[in-house]
Amino acid sequence: MASFWTFVWPLIVIIAAIVAIIIPVLIGVAYLTYAERKVMSAMQRRQGPALVGPLGLLQPVADGLKLFGKEMVIPSGANPGVFLFAPFLTFVLSLIAWAVMPFGAHLVLSDINVGILYLYAISSLGVYGTIMAGWASNSRYSFLGGLRSAAQMVSYEVSMGLIMVTVLLCTGSFNLSDIVRAQQTVWFAVPLFPMFVIFFISILAETNRAPFDLPEGEAELVGGFFTEYSCMNFALFMLGEYSNMILMSAIAVVLFLGGWLPPLNFEPFAPLVNLIPGPIWFALKIAFVLFFFIWMRAAFPRYRYDQLMRLGWKIFLPFTLLWVVVTASALEIFGWLPKVVP
Amino acid sequence: MAFIDRTARALLLTELVSGMALTFRYMFKPKVTLNYPHEKGPISSRFRGEHALRRYPNGEERCIACKLCEAVCPAMAITIEAEPRADGSRRTTRYDIDMTKCIYCGLCQEACPVDAIVEGPNFEYSTETREELYYNKEKLLANGDRWEVRLAANLAAEAPYR
Repeated sequence: MASFWTFVWPLIVIIAAIVAIIIPVLIGVAYLTYAERKVMSAMQRRQGPALVGPLGLLQPVADGLKLFGKEMVIPSGANPGVFLFAPFLTFVLSLIAWAVMPFGAHLVLSDINVGILYLYAISSLGVYGTIMAGWASNSRYSFLGGLRSAAQMVSYEVSMGLIMVTVLLCTGSFNLSDIVRAQQTVWFAVPLFPMFVIFFISILAETNRAPFDLPEGEAELVGGFFTEYSCMNFALFMLGEYSNMILMSAIAVVLFLGGWLPPLNFEPFAPLVNLIPGPIWFALKIAFVLFFFIWMRAAFPRYRYDQLMRLGWKIFLPFTLLWVVVTASALEIFGWLPKVVP
Repeated sequence: MAFIDRTARALLLTELVSGMALTFRYMFKPKVTLNYPHEKGPISSRFRGEHALRRYPNGEERCIACKLCEAVCPAMAITIEAEPRADGSRRTTRYDIDMTKCIYCGLCQEACPVDAIVEGPNFEYSTETREELYYNKEKLLANGDRWEVRLAANLAAEAPYR
C-alpha cells in the first residue's frame, strides 16, 4: 500500500499546486478587466463601473454571469470542431505557460532548465488559436483578423527572441530562477533599458493590445477574429487574452524587473523590503507592468497595419540584432561573461 | 543637426512619453460624470418635455377647445373633439396626443391662449409598449395635476419674455 501512496501523493501535490496557480491567475484576469475599465475611465475623466458592489468591485462577476447566460451561436458555415476548439486552445495555452514561472525563491511548479524556451514556444503557439478562430468562423472579417494577427505575432516574436538572447547572454542560463538570481545586484531593466522598452512594446503587439490591436480592429473588421463568437467561447477568448497579458507581464518581470526580488535590496532598506515575501513583490511588479498596458491603451490610437509591420521588421529587428552584438562584445571585452556551471 | 535632433527624439520616444504624461495627469483630475439616475442635470424653464393639460386653481380645466394647438401642430399629433357641456361652456370631449408623432417643437404651448397645454420638465416617461404613448385627455390632465407646481413656476419665469 505504501507503494501506491508514493505514486499518488506527488500527483495530489502537483494538482494542488496547479489549482493554487490557476485560481489566482483567473482572479487576476477578472480584476484586470475591472482595473482596465477603472484606469481608462480615470484617464478619460469618467467613473467607470461603480454600481455593482462597492466601487463596482463585483462588476467582473456580473459580466461573467451575463456572458454565461447568452446563447451559444455557431454559424452555419463554420467548421464546428475547429470553431469550438480555438478559444479552448487560446485559453489553455495562456495557462500552461505558468508551469515554469518562478513565484518565489523555490516556488515553482516545474523548475526546468529550458524554462525560457518553454515560455517562448508556448507564447508562439498562441497564434494558432487566433488563426483557427479566423479560419473556422468562415467569415471574411474573422479571416482577415486571423491573418493579421498571424503576421503580427510572428513579426514581433523575432525581436522578442533576440531580446531574450540578450538577457541570456547576461545570465548564462535558460532557467528562469537562475535568470532572476542573476539580477540580485541590479535588475536587467537598468543596464538593458532600451531592450526593456522594446520588449514591452513587443509584448503589447504579441498580446494584440492597443495600440497594436489590429486583429480585433473593430473600426474596420467589426470584431476581428472573434466576430462570430458568443457566450462561453467569447468568454474563453477574453480570459485567454487577459491571462496572456498577465503572462507576458510576468515574463517581462522575470527577464527585466528581477522576478520575486524586492526593490531597494541593499542597506539600509534590505530588512524592510524583505519583510514582504517574494511572491507579493512578484505580483506587485506584474501589476505595475499591467498598469502600463492599460495606460498605453488609454494614451495612444491604433497603428496602421503597414506602420506596425515597418516597426517590427525595419526598426525593432535591426535594433535588437545590433544590441545583441553590442552586449556580447561588451561582455567579452570587459570579461563580464557569466560563469557557466556545468 | 536637424537629423540628429529628429533621431534623438525618435529614439528617446519623447512624443510617446509626453502623451503618456498627459493621460497620467488626467487620471487625477476630478471626474465629470453625472450619476444620471441618482443625480440629474439642471433643466431650463424653457425645457420642452412631456405634455400636460393644466387646470385653474378652482379645479376647472383651462382648455376651451379652440383647437389652435391641433391646427398648429406640424406633426399632426393632436386630435381634439369638442361639444358644449351641460352648463353651456365649450369643452373638449376628446384630447389625444400621439407622443410617438410629437416632435417636441413647443408650438402647441405657444399657440394656446389660456396656457392649458404646456410641455413640462418631465423627460422620463419611456414605456414598454407603443400604446402607452397614445396620451388621452385623462392622462394629460393627470400630468397637469402632478407637475402643476413646476409648470406654474416655469410659466412665471418665462412670462416677461412672452
